[in-house]
Amino acid sequence: MIALLSRDLALAVRAGGGFGLGLAFFLIVTVLVPFGVGPESATLSRIAPGILWVGALLACLLSLDRIFALDYEDGSLDLLATAPVPLEGVVAMKAAAHWVTTGLPLVLAAPVLGVLLNLAPAAMGWLVLGLGLGTPALSMIGAFGAALTVGLKRGGLLLSLLVLPLYVPTLIFGAELVARGAAGQVTATPAAMLAAITLATCALLPFAAAAALRVNLR
Amino acid sequence: MELTVSDLACARGGIPVLEAVSFALRPGEALLLRGPNGIGKTTLLRTLAGLQPALAGTASAPPEAIAYAAHADGLKATLSVAENLTFWARIFGTSGIDAALAAFDLGDLAGRQAQNLSAGQKRRLGLARLLVTGRPIWILDEPTVSLDVASVTLFGQAVRAHLAGGGMALIATHIDPGFDVAELDLTRFRAAPQRLDDFDEAFA
Amino acid sequence: MASLWQYANPQKFVQTTGAVLPALAVLTALALIAGLVWGFFFTPDDFRQGSTVKIIYLHVPAALMAINAWLMMLVASLIWLVRRHHVSALAARAAAPVGLTMTVIALLTGAIWGQPMWGTWWAWDPRLTSFLILGLFYLGYIALWAAIEDPDAAADLTAVLCMVGSVFAVLSRYAVNFWNQGLHQGASLSMDAEENVADVFYFPLLVCIAGFVLLFVTLVLLRTRTEIRARRIKALLARERMA
Repeated sequence: MIALLSRDLALAVRAGGGFGLGLAFFLIVTVLVPFGVGPESATLSRIAPGILWVGALLACLLSLDRIFALDYEDGSLDLLATAPVPLEGVVAMKAAAHWVTTGLPLVLAAPVLGVLLNLAPAAMGWLVLGLGLGTPALSMIGAFGAALTVGLKRGGLLLSLLVLPLYVPTLIFGAELVARGAAGQVTATPAAMLAAITLATCALLPFAAAAALRVNLR
Repeated sequence: MELTVSDLACARGGIPVLEAVSFALRPGEALLLRGPNGIGKTTLLRTLAGLQPALAGTASAPPEAIAYAAHADGLKATLSVAENLTFWARIFGTSGIDAALAAFDLGDLAGRQAQNLSAGQKRRLGLARLLVTGRPIWILDEPTVSLDVASVTLFGQAVRAHLAGGGMALIATHIDPGFDVAELDLTRFRAAPQRLDDFDEAFA
Repeated sequence: MASLWQYANPQKFVQTTGAVLPALAVLTALALIAGLVWGFFFTPDDFRQGSTVKIIYLHVPAALMAINAWLMMLVASLIWLVRRHHVSALAARAAAPVGLTMTVIALLTGAIWGQPMWGTWWAWDPRLTSFLILGLFYLGYIALWAAIEDPDAAADLTAVLCMVGSVFAVLSRYAVNFWNQGLHQGASLSMDAEENVADVFYFPLLVCIAGFVLLFVTLVLLRTRTEIRARRIKALLARERMA
């Protein structure tokens, strides 16, 4: 299974687009927002937590349909399903690879973009922590959505529609964590909820996603 | 280990295509599946490989004993030949890809990216994957597509070496593989169209 | 004693529902007319909200059924996954558009009610937001059914989505509460008598709710019959192609 993770990472590096696309999208969103809402730093710093989280979420959404689609088209998924690795493990590794190529760069880039949006310095740590805790859940939920739609010709739009409501709790707790951090309030509850969502999705959704993959392969 | 298929029925898209398929394969034996397009060769092979459930009947070999090769080779364009093979060797928990490379004459191409291979070379790489799985039963769907004469000979040698080592092979193909082997025509197992599923009578 | 599962047979289901549906439709119409007429014309205006309050007779039953429709889909999906009864999967499929319609009715009547009360058509209040999310779940579920060709695969995948979606719907409800405390008044109906609306509004409301439940059952049975026939047509066409 480590072999699968390292292969996916190698593919992402060689294709070149893996790391760049989501990150570029994240950058574009955060750079465009000040042009849209005006340059007042007070306004920007108030909406910064939400913008950063929405940007990260959309950047993540952008690459979801590639989690399984490429392997489905070239037949790798059939072969993996008959290989001596559990399909649940395949799903978990695919989600992990997606997180490393999409989520992790967002986490690392977020403080820089936070500065652009005039985010309160006190909230920087919470932003990184929140994205670090929450983005794995985004990848895992996305992998579930991708598993549901893998057999479809143009599943991208449907995938977004399916995943959107599933992303709501993560987004709420993530943005709330940063907002509370910026205001100097107690942050334990949203941080714990984010961690709980990530742990629960990583523990349970691989089974649902593997079940969906089996249905789509048959 | 022996592959005994008895009274197997399988469906494509919810519609039964084959029924009462029965045959047996002992170690060292191979069987060619024949039949016109659409008769259900691929469906039967996918059912045996455990990718879809059988409607009825049993196959004695568990999917864990089966190495399945489909129309698509599952190659990654940006990985080299050696990297593609090594990946599957690690997934199947085996080591050493040199024998597989040699068997399909891929040694000189080991460092080349899969996207720069010809169709026939890709097919050979896909077939070389079978050797690194270390599994006794090969289930092959049109393995000789886009292979030239020399490559078909290589393929024949690889299958015979596998059989000599106590392996088994079930091959769906339209062409002559170049070695002596039993054949099974699937036409006589075609599912009767008027057959009604006991539960679904209002649907069919 | 005949088991409940005999209705899992499509023919039996179509026969039985065909016999029951006319009576059910009449009963639905009676309950709805009685409840709405009683509610609209024979109850006093609220001392604070005036006659606006009467939209409660559409709003509350629709909101209740919007949630209960999803619960029914969840149960039907589980039955499909465990026992593989096709009628169950088709009933879940049939219920989704009805549930979505109920959600839209609840949102629209809520907006019409909210405008004079809160001075706004829409607020990101927890209940309103939850219903918006519920609507998205319905849309996704319906779209997934529509997108997949193979009926059994579609039934399996939508059932999995329904289960996962249920967990996330509950989670969203909690998250949304946490996010914004909201304008919406407390529950109109609860076991706790202190919070309840006055009896004079309560009884016609019960009749309306009964009417909406009957309406839901009628529509779902009707739509399930349609789905069964659509499946039958598909199966017949497939058989023709095979022959």
